[in-house]
Amino acid sequence: MMRMVNGLIDWVDARLPVVNTYKKHMSEYYAPKNFNFWYYFGVLSMVVLVNQLLTGVWLTMFYSPSDGFASVEYIMRDVQWGWLIRYMHAVGASAFFAVVYIHMFRGLMYGSYKPPRELVWIFGMLIYVALMAEGFLGYVLPWGNMSYWGAQVIISLAGAIPFDVLPFIDAKDAKEIGEALTTWVRGDFMLSTATVNKFFALHVVAIPIVLLALVFLHILALHEVGSNNPDGVEIKQNKDENGIPRDGIPFHPYYTVKDLPGVIIFLMIFATVIFFFPTGGGYLIEKPNFIPANALKTPDHIAPVWYYGPYYAMLRATTLEFLGMSSKAWGLIAMAGAIVILFLVPWLDRHPVKSIRYKGLVSKIALTLFVLDFLMLGYFGTQPATGLAKTLAQIGTVYYFFFFIVLLPFGHRFEKSKPVPERVTGGH
Amino acid sequence: MNNDGVNTSRRTFLIGLTSAIGAAGAVGVAVPFVKSWEPSAKAQNAGAPVTVDASKLEMGQRVVEEWRGQPIWVIRRTDDMLAGLPKHDDQLKDPDSSVDQQPPYAKNAWRSIKKEYLILIGTCTHLGCSPLYEPEPTVQLKEGGFFCPCHGSRFDLAGRVYQNVPAPTNLVVPPHSYTSETVIVVGSEEGETKA
Repeated sequence: MMRMVNGLIDWVDARLPVVNTYKKHMSEYYAPKNFNFWYYFGVLSMVVLVNQLLTGVWLTMFYSPSDGFASVEYIMRDVQWGWLIRYMHAVGASAFFAVVYIHMFRGLMYGSYKPPRELVWIFGMLIYVALMAEGFLGYVLPWGNMSYWGAQVIISLAGAIPFDVLPFIDAKDAKEIGEALTTWVRGDFMLSTATVNKFFALHVVAIPIVLLALVFLHILALHEVGSNNPDGVEIKQNKDENGIPRDGIPFHPYYTVKDLPGVIIFLMIFATVIFFFPTGGGYLIEKPNFIPANALKTPDHIAPVWYYGPYYAMLRATTLEFLGMSSKAWGLIAMAGAIVILFLVPWLDRHPVKSIRYKGLVSKIALTLFVLDFLMLGYFGTQPATGLAKTLAQIGTVYYFFFFIVLLPFGHRFEKSKPVPERVTGGH
Repeated sequence: MNNDGVNTSRRTFLIGLTSAIGAAGAVGVAVPFVKSWEPSAKAQNAGAPVTVDASKLEMGQRVVEEWRGQPIWVIRRTDDMLAGLPKHDDQLKDPDSSVDQQPPYAKNAWRSIKKEYLILIGTCTHLGCSPLYEPEPTVQLKEGGFFCPCHGSRFDLAGRVYQNVPAPTNLVVPPHSYTSETVIVVGSEEGETKA
């Protein structure tokens, strides 16, 4: 029996690099032995991705873009266990962003984007952008009133692109281009079934393909250069006589076994939210989305879902008009710039030290403030922009850019770093 | 550099030519994919301009048409109504129509091409309810106007918003033009846009 199995493996392996691939990425992929809590979230985002794919495929079996709202109600009320599949998917979207944000914070904290891991970061950022597109498209599909008005606001942003900065386009043409662009995206002169149909195709086919390809590249690039770790020490610089990093342990079985309890605890929390707080008090599924889309009735307060909050806050906080461009255009530039600048992080960070552990006080305070700032912007993005909230969002926007443009490149000049050890610490 | 009889300059030229033709082909293939995102013939039909023959309107009468899913008002204003417009400029948020809520040819004291005919999109700029038409003076609208029953916004007979109401801006004047003296086409500027 065993001989037959081995024979089969040999037969396949002569035709497909199965054993090699398994060794390279699992049993002989040496990860630093000092991974901590923050290193769960990469694996967790894979878990959520699988959840989204599985529940998403099942939802397409019952959803119909020609009557989005009614078919979601059909899933919730009539399809057996449909409510659970739908809530797994809807809560899964928020869970995806939660684990990805923590995963990104881990990268910022330990300098995981620094050479030679720039491409790992870039692919990660592309995943993040694809995820935001996927989330937006998915939010439109239930065709509730917040779907409608959220889409209205986001699509009309295309009309705020300041084409008139180009010398050969005047303000009137720019407006016409903006209108043509929004019409093109909607596929109609107003938001309609044509729009929902288009978004459905993008949400279930186009973006997921891109997402999977990017995840593949993210992991391939990571495994080429090897994982960073909380000490920011390159384990490949200290190898034993067999060429194996002295501070590395095989991903399988060590980290697969370590990740398993993390996944279980995550799933317990995930299930708790799905069963007891599926709408998250209006933060995961907003209240106006329980009434059908209505072009004549704007919700009192149009707010994005929490994971877009920081960018929406920056969009609204920008009220300046200068260089001949409207505050609407500048808001769009601030929002887009806030995402673009994340791509540049590997080159903006000029700190000689990788990990926050050995950086000085300025870097530590800067990062702490940045996290608080991002959370604050996220909160204000979901609240009405008035009075103090607006002022604080403006201060938050300034700090967001100040962190990337000033503190990240130059912060190290104003602090004394600790010596980085030769080997990773805290291992067993 | 000419190894093994390879003509490198010819090879470079052919690679360049093949790439250029390939790229042109790719642009051609992209056309149907990009154009399919435009409104379909069905949607274009539904969003087509709406023609209104205003000569059939009585003085002071309003008709409601639908264009792109929105109510369109056409109102034939009397001389009295027009005379009342300048009387309350000081009570308006934007008496000069400085906010871009109308095409340039309707940016004037009466917010229309011809003084007599007012064309508006009949949804409140606050939350999209449809305001009521008050041709006669009322307590709140001394020269007549529009009153939104949802949240009490008031507009005058040029669709200009009063102060201290929730609506932020004047009512929207849709793009329109005249194909004859009294035939108005809403959603098209191909006809006459001068009085």
